[in-house]
Amino acid sequence: MNAMPNTAILSAAGIHKRFGALVVLDDIDFAMGADEAVGIVGPNGAGKTTLLSVLSGAYPPSAGSVSFKGDDVTALAATQRCRLGLVRTHQVPKPFSGMTTFENVFVAASHGAGLARDEAYEEALASLKLCGMLGVANRRAETLGLLDRKRLELARALAAKPTLLLLDEIGGGLTDGEASELVETIRELRRRKIGIVWIEHIVHILLQVAERLICMDAGKIIADGEPQAVMADPQVIGAYLGGGPK
Amino acid sequence: MSLLSVEDLVVRHGLLQAVRGVSFSVERGETLALVGANGAGKTTLLRAIAGAHQAASGRVLFNGADLSGVPSHSRVRNGIALVPEGRKLFVQMTVEENLLLGKTAGRPGEWSVEKVLDAFPNLKPRRHAKAGHLSGGEQQATAIGRALMSNPDLLLLDEVSLGLSPLVVDRVYASLQGLISSGTTIILVEQDLNRALSVSNKVICMLEGRVALAGDSRSMSREEVTKAYFGLHRKSATGVPA
Repeated sequence: MNAMPNTAILSAAGIHKRFGALVVLDDIDFAMGADEAVGIVGPNGAGKTTLLSVLSGAYPPSAGSVSFKGDDVTALAATQRCRLGLVRTHQVPKPFSGMTTFENVFVAASHGAGLARDEAYEEALASLKLCGMLGVANRRAETLGLLDRKRLELARALAAKPTLLLLDEIGGGLTDGEASELVETIRELRRRKIGIVWIEHIVHILLQVAERLICMDAGKIIADGEPQAVMADPQVIGAYLGGGPK
Repeated sequence: MSLLSVEDLVVRHGLLQAVRGVSFSVERGETLALVGANGAGKTTLLRAIAGAHQAASGRVLFNGADLSGVPSHSRVRNGIALVPEGRKLFVQMTVEENLLLGKTAGRPGEWSVEKVLDAFPNLKPRRHAKAGHLSGGEQQATAIGRALMSNPDLLLLDEVSLGLSPLVVDRVYASLQGLISSGTTIILVEQDLNRALSVSNKVICMLEGRVALAGDSRSMSREEVTKAYFGLHRKSATGVPA
């Protein structure tokens, strides 16, 4: 297991999350430094998205606490955490239909980051440019294809001015070329010193960005460390591929 | 002539291309295991072969006939039976009634209620129980039995071990081994790689809707399949080895 960073920007201690009798997160301890890019993998039902939801404030934990920039944010709503710089994307993009791409991103800059009108305008434009979306800025969001919807999800999150970005399966369904563009955009975020937590099923894409990899299974962290070592861990392979008799 | 030939098949879910130009063939008597991570396209491919999900392009040839555009119920009459993920039994009907539904395809053959009960002995005392009252293993056996009742030339099994305890999975696989030995042609989607390799003679590993690796199960190492499973066997999307 990886040692916890001395100066954590985000940490979670003793996190449990239950939905009725179902235990989805089972005593999770997690911490990361401000400049880290952490990948999270694990089979379906491992609890990855639920962990992201607890970290971002979408779900309250059943037990445990979340700290961001040294402050306990467990009681803060997702909107409040977003204002602090803890921003997430969603696995299934859900743009505001009836609004243009630009308007979608402008909402994130003005409401997510709390910027005044002119500043929000500039931030929205910069986010669209970074994500290669200026060409579709005036298109209604519901007319966008899958790649552009994923880009919009990222552009909205960036317009909220994150210190730490939580990405949930942003690479799913993309072609090789599209995935390559996505990796380049996320590398640019790294150059801008934005911390990343990225859940991704497409492991070979994730490994191009993640400097540290966590594997979850059945609500627990089963491996945490250097990505290639984690992917070679027999426990990790067993979690994905089973261990039935051969 | 192959029993099944899948040619450059493309299947979409709305904006998402779930199967991206997949081609392979299955000979009579073979058991093909389809493995791959969640979202790799295995279930969609299986459903497209069964006609439960319409392909956007490509062809499914069965016994030499092009089944493109043929609905799923007609494909059952052609000899393709799907055991869907989650079993999809009629829970208010008994085991026997569920099994007899498989007979409505009207294909002649050896399978009968008695023969299914012999193949899955755990169902014998549950013959008149409602499917909704069965255990997971009993439900799975009923779902497989229902498919067999149509006397298929090709049996498609989607995640038969999902949600079952290891002991129950052992029992289901023991019954499957009997079917395989008797020459039933099977395509099997299975998460447990060791089980998939042990019962099959051919394996295809899918990754992001494509065939990442295909070959003979007995000569394929777990390590080789694992690399294909995670996409670590090839150059990455950016050209840098992943």
